[in-house]
Amino acid sequence: MSKDKFIIAKRNFKSRLIVGTGKYKNMKECARAINLSGAEIVTVAVRRVNIVDKKKPLLMDFIDPKKITYLPNTAGCFNSKDALRTLRLAREIGGWKLVKLEVLGDKKNLFPEMIETLKSTEILTKEGFQVMVYCNDDPLMAKRLENSGACAIMPLAAPIGSGLGILNQVNIKIIRNQTKLPLIIDAGLGQASDATIAMELGCDGVLVNTAIAKAKKPFDMALAFKNAVVAGRQSYLAGRINKLIMGEPSSPKKGII
Amino acid sequence: MKKKIKIKIKINGKIKNVDKNSKLSNIIKNFKIPLKKVAIELNEEIVDKKKLNKISLKTNDKIEIVHFIGGG
Repeated sequence: MSKDKFIIAKRNFKSRLIVGTGKYKNMKECARAINLSGAEIVTVAVRRVNIVDKKKPLLMDFIDPKKITYLPNTAGCFNSKDALRTLRLAREIGGWKLVKLEVLGDKKNLFPEMIETLKSTEILTKEGFQVMVYCNDDPLMAKRLENSGACAIMPLAAPIGSGLGILNQVNIKIIRNQTKLPLIIDAGLGQASDATIAMELGCDGVLVNTAIAKAKKPFDMALAFKNAVVAGRQSYLAGRINKLIMGEPSSPKKGII
Repeated sequence: MKKKIKIKIKINGKIKNVDKNSKLSNIIKNFKIPLKKVAIELNEEIVDKKKLNKISLKTNDKIEIVHFIGGG
């Protein structure tokens, strides 16, 4: 396992679990959950500074960007123009080039708007960004994103925040088999075992936010996801047995009395 | 005493009255914003944080100051 590397845009990571920093009760809880999850990459959103309440705590005071890789996202963007503006601002804050692109198309189901996503991926790549792309679980679209310069393909398991788990395992498997890019399940996981399934399908990592932040015990769930990702990866690398439709005894048939 | 002329600008969606010819650097300083942790836009153009003291504000200028917050 020690030689099993998780590489995104030529950067090496030990943990295959990426976590979001939204929806926590407060930043202290968020920081502790991240710590327990073992995640080395966290997604962050770009928003207006509160100029009225100057004492409001800053995320960077709780999660040190020198120790944890910040992955700025474009959450809340519904077109390419807004997504590009957001990520250019994110880069300006401190040179962030590794980013998560997420262009949404529908306010209710939060499914990605893939035409705008594709357009944005091309432009951002040309501007020198390393773009990890949130997308639907369509193998054809995943291929087009890869051809447009994406550095990681991040299909949804289910709608963002839904907790439904991986709805289309076959598509994820097809995407896995067609790409050498890091494949990361992003959005829709509900419990730790969902992460194990993603890893057993051959995904390189998972991105989780709500399932940890909104669990009854976020710290315990952070730990559960950490272990689930490790277990799933180990299981994938170990190679599962073939499925049979009939039983095969585990004890030898020879020597039965 | 000569009265200072005020102009209206918008910062993060809120209208503010500031002295005419105020420098952007002074506005940022007044809000006690840690420069290293933010990015600044003036009329939808990103501003080089090193050049804030060279930018004089005009009526109806729109300033956006953003930072990172928790998100998925």
